[in-house]
Amino acid sequence: MAKLKVEDLKRIKESVKGTVNLRDGAARVKVTVHMGTCGIAAGARTVMNTLLREIESRQVQDVILTSSGCAGLCSHEPMITVEVKETAPVKYVKLDADKTKRIFAEHIMGGKAIVEYAFSVGSERTR
Amino acid sequence: MEKVYRTHLLLCAGTGCVASGALNVRDALCAEIKQRDLADEIYVTTTGCNGFCAAGPLLVAYPDGIFYQKLTPADVPAFVEEYLVKGRVAKKHLFEPKKGAAPIPKLSDIGFFGHQVLVALRNRGLIDPDKIDEYIARDGYLGTAKALTEMEPRQIIDEILASGLRGRGGAGFPTGLKWRFAAEATGSPKYILCNADEGDPGAFMDRSILESDPHAVIEGMIIGAKAIGAHQGYVYVRAEYPLAIERLERAIQQAQDYGLLGEDILGSGYDMNIDLYFGAGAFVCGEETALMQSIEGRRGMPRQRPPFPAHQGLWGRPSVLNNVETFANVAQIIHRGAIWFSSLGTPKSTGTKVFALTGNVKNIGLIEVPMGTPLRTIVYDIGGGIPKKKKLKAVQVGGPSGGCIPEHMIDTPVDFESIPATGAIMGSGGLVVMDSSTCMVDVAKFFLEFTADESCGKCTPCREGTYQMLEILTRICHGKGQFEDIGTLEQLSRMIGASSLCGLGQTAPNPVLTTIRYFRKEYEEHINEKRCRAKTCKALLRFWVDPEMCRKCGLCVPACPVDAIKWEKKAVAEILLDKCTRCTSCYQACPFDAIE
Repeated sequence: MAKLKVEDLKRIKESVKGTVNLRDGAARVKVTVHMGTCGIAAGARTVMNTLLREIESRQVQDVILTSSGCAGLCSHEPMITVEVKETAPVKYVKLDADKTKRIFAEHIMGGKAIVEYAFSVGSERTR
Repeated sequence: MEKVYRTHLLLCAGTGCVASGALNVRDALCAEIKQRDLADEIYVTTTGCNGFCAAGPLLVAYPDGIFYQKLTPADVPAFVEEYLVKGRVAKKHLFEPKKGAAPIPKLSDIGFFGHQVLVALRNRGLIDPDKIDEYIARDGYLGTAKALTEMEPRQIIDEILASGLRGRGGAGFPTGLKWRFAAEATGSPKYILCNADEGDPGAFMDRSILESDPHAVIEGMIIGAKAIGAHQGYVYVRAEYPLAIERLERAIQQAQDYGLLGEDILGSGYDMNIDLYFGAGAFVCGEETALMQSIEGRRGMPRQRPPFPAHQGLWGRPSVLNNVETFANVAQIIHRGAIWFSSLGTPKSTGTKVFALTGNVKNIGLIEVPMGTPLRTIVYDIGGGIPKKKKLKAVQVGGPSGGCIPEHMIDTPVDFESIPATGAIMGSGGLVVMDSSTCMVDVAKFFLEFTADESCGKCTPCREGTYQMLEILTRICHGKGQFEDIGTLEQLSRMIGASSLCGLGQTAPNPVLTTIRYFRKEYEEHINEKRCRAKTCKALLRFWVDPEMCRKCGLCVPACPVDAIKWEKKAVAEILLDKCTRCTSCYQACPFDAIE
């Protein structure tokens, strides 16, 4: 193996940054795929895989992907919630692979929500 | 570009969790994940000790940061179904602060973790110790790069001095000063040594650092080498630490492959290598001159100082010996600066300290707190208090060289000034919590048995003195204590402390001195009344049944293995003292506390 120089340390650091960000919780965007029984039946797994492949192929380091249970809108599954840091979370409904790709490109990367796919902006309040 | 996963499961594989079955859990997890076709989404890896050993086998799931405890292979299918497939928090494995209290999912919200500040252990449970890239990703080797390419040896020493870093092995000598003496010493080659001969009973701070973050120690040694002008380092690690050795060897190999050890490190022109030396587990080899003799292939015995190792150390050459935890702090001080480090802790004791928290406390494990944290915070907020509603009696700090700090001094802050003021020492970080069922004479005897056994025998005060003290303590515990024994113990203690050759003998009387100082009454009870209030010293126990408390149930009768209890239906039980072996079985069996 080639001996490292100081610059190489930074290169290695950059290449594994995604792992570190995920464990530090330091991400620009958090995407939640709702994976209750209803979501999975409606195709949430396809949405999850599409998102994973998008992150991988675009080499994105600052997006973390997570799953959660049913969001309470079973008839609108599959759903995701996109939370861009310091903006209100957006819920997207009735997704498929193509819609997911467009959301990734325009909202997650571009920062502009796609109104036609969105169900709501904001979240329920919790006490 | 690395592969992307939605969830990372970081399973603790420290020695504690491995012993409780973590590797079986890992295999079951991997198999279940594969079977459910989730292997492309979920990443499972093992880390060093997470610290919360009492809760193991355990894992932390990211990015959610959820702490799951007490997993078994049988739990795995349901866990995967609930958490990874359905995306719900698997409630069964959450931490409950108290029985019946609401469980806490987030690791950072759990008191055990929330009160800790990690510096030496900053990577524990966050990286795979076998992957150097994960270490580098968390700013690894940036301290080394800075020290080797941008700093003069003098500047490194000044930075360490300014940080206020003091030796974490126990004595608290300023690390920068040690390095300066060796840097100024004439003679070559020079050596930098790491003391991983952790010998205190119940202490596992150094082992845990080596297991969870070996590169941090390697980095500290490279920086220290440059500071004093050494090109060869040795880690003296005890052979009883197989996992630590395995991870350290792998880490050294990876560092060599990357050119972070060997010739021309990072193109800086500086050469440095590290070898391991396995100790056979003698406590005295933690003493610096004995350790060096041991590496030279001789019997590990201390020698007179001066000359100090900084001038004449390993093979008579200038050498520096620092503890594992001390080295683990160094790279971060260089990378983040002395000002950052000295902002932690107290003005005279900067930074943090790692403790192995054990004994009669709910959350047993490995913790790191800022210097100056009160013992109360450690015992109650981090440790979760005393189990079984018993009362705190004392906290033993510093292992066999340390002392017992009584309950009324529980607000004592842990730092290099306050702890010695109590008569204990900081030591390397053993912290044993004791409740009312602990006999303080017995505790003193336990530690003295250890030091008498581990005394190398070279100097008379330690060899003979500890033996004599142990004889007296054993006598007291057997009910044959004499009126003048306490005085004799104190006198012997002063003599051994003042005239022993090395730290082992000089500090060996501390457990006796502190227990006499704070629990003299218990000694007197043992000697004068032949009574042990903690019911530990069996020879002093005289069991009897309190007729007013006895409900005549007869439960004590089958509990007795030697038929020493006389009982008839509807009559108060009676214990036949000539038959009684004082096994305490009846005492524990009685539901009404009628047996005393």
